[in-house]
Amino acid sequence: MADQRAASFATRSIKESSKVHALKLALSMVDLTTLEGADSPGKVRALCRKGITPDPTAPDLPSVAAICVYPEMVPIARAALAGSTVKVAAVATGFPSGQYPLSVRLDDTKRAIEAGADEIDMVISRGLFLAGERDRVRDEIAQIKEVCISTSNPSGGSAHLKVILETGELETYDAVRRASDLAISAGLTDYDFIKTSTGKVQPAATPGVTLVMLEAIRDHYLRTGIRIGMKPAGGIRTAKQAIAYLVMVKETLGDDWLTPDLFRFGASTLANDLLMQLARMRTGHYHSPDDFAEA
Amino acid sequence: MPSRLTVTKTYKLYIGGDFPRSESGRSLPVHDLDERVVAHIAHASRKDLRNAVVAARKAVPGWMARTGYNRGQIIYRMAEMLEGKADEFITALMLPGTHTKREARAEVEATVDRLVAFAGWTDKFSQVLGCHNPVAGPYYNFTVPEATGLVAAVAPDEPGLLALVSLIAPPLAAGNAIVAVSGNHHPIAASILGEVLATSDLPAGVVNILTGNRAELLPWISEHRDIDAVHAADLPDDEALTLRRGMSENIKRVRVREVGEDGWFDADLCTSPWWIEPFIEMKTIWHPAAT
Repeated sequence: MADQRAASFATRSIKESSKVHALKLALSMVDLTTLEGADSPGKVRALCRKGITPDPTAPDLPSVAAICVYPEMVPIARAALAGSTVKVAAVATGFPSGQYPLSVRLDDTKRAIEAGADEIDMVISRGLFLAGERDRVRDEIAQIKEVCISTSNPSGGSAHLKVILETGELETYDAVRRASDLAISAGLTDYDFIKTSTGKVQPAATPGVTLVMLEAIRDHYLRTGIRIGMKPAGGIRTAKQAIAYLVMVKETLGDDWLTPDLFRFGASTLANDLLMQLARMRTGHYHSPDDFAEA
Repeated sequence: MPSRLTVTKTYKLYIGGDFPRSESGRSLPVHDLDERVVAHIAHASRKDLRNAVVAARKAVPGWMARTGYNRGQIIYRMAEMLEGKADEFITALMLPGTHTKREARAEVEATVDRLVAFAGWTDKFSQVLGCHNPVAGPYYNFTVPEATGLVAAVAPDEPGLLALVSLIAPPLAAGNAIVAVSGNHHPIAASILGEVLATSDLPAGVVNILTGNRAELLPWISEHRDIDAVHAADLPDDEALTLRRGMSENIKRVRVREVGEDGWFDADLCTSPWWIEPFIEMKTIWHPAAT
């Protein structure tokens, strides 16, 4: 059922002008991501420049939402993004496995925020969740949320939390829904997120999983009025896929969620495909991926 | 006994190793001499072209990385498979009334020979077009050709099969992936060529074949920035102009040859390594030499 319904969002016919709007909106929702062992300060700085001005030949295009990096790279991203609207997101809490003692994970989070992270992408302990220790998972999320509230970053704000469920390891939609409800109920507040994947496990984000999570967010909103955001990550590479996701958000949660504050794409290659399609709409001819820098 | 209804074949595009209908859902009727509709062919749209370019681009690195010897084996296999379908090609070429049986056979045979010739060139063109440069210093200095990348082959109306293959084979031999557009007279022969390619050990996407209305696709080909070069011949002036106009924006290499219907049968002309030369890039390497 979820798969069928999710697949139907890709069948909507979208007018040319709406498509340009959707592509720009999608670009503004991208968390431009680099999470490699080989990340260097130079690569992160280049990615930050790309995040601020995605296509130098089209300066009117929006910046991306955030640059997503490992905690060690946060100060570099912070400095490179100074003065822009682009946020710094740090993966923390023993990313990507989460298989570290809680004290280490709390400390990881605190240091990332102190170094300048506006947003923390945490991983849950899938091992505990699958072993049935749901209260411990909820408690861990709550403690990390507490760190986000009590620690202020250099610009004086607190960090928003994104909870990564790593749905590729949860096997069933039932488990995804339970994990979503669990994360949301662990004390997430307005503009905190739940997120599908680390991008290190296959399958990553799929339309079916995203729909299940969006419905969890919707049900929670109808019950409590709290707006939780959604971030599918990994595997979304084309503008066409991105537009189908936007349709899904609109038809599940409504226009209020069509903002970077409540919906993000975690992706490294999606931005370039969006830029390529926008260039095609602007110039009328097809472009080459070679024309767009990786970072 | 009731007379049997003939089961006619639906001719389709050849993209990424598959045989899809046009994304647009369009088809064109093909008539015989008596103006009877004998078949429908797929009428490719700009989106089919776009899909073909995506498929070809994906196939470039693998095809380019194969040894010339292996590319030669595969192109020779194409010749074998084409020979095996000779009767089908002859029937297709005769259909619009442009060919007698003798002419159709001559064209198919010349097409097979053309493929064999370029199967031979795959591991030899670099000796002819590359060189060892004399330099003042203790170095060996080589210039070696490498494939340009993605080439569009745009065929004239006649000779529909021979010209199409003659335009595909040279860039293919050098390691380029191809998006080919058939001429307007013989789309069925082009579609059957797709079936030959699909059974020739040619990796999916290395050659893609579009049929339909050639002039309609040309602006999209010439303006597409992910097509590196165009190999065309004997086009009407306005179509050649369309190709050249698009190229002025993106500086892709466009070669529109003037061969003439008889010229295509001239093996000395059409199997020259200079037919390969526009679709290669020259790489020069300095290597220290012991003194």
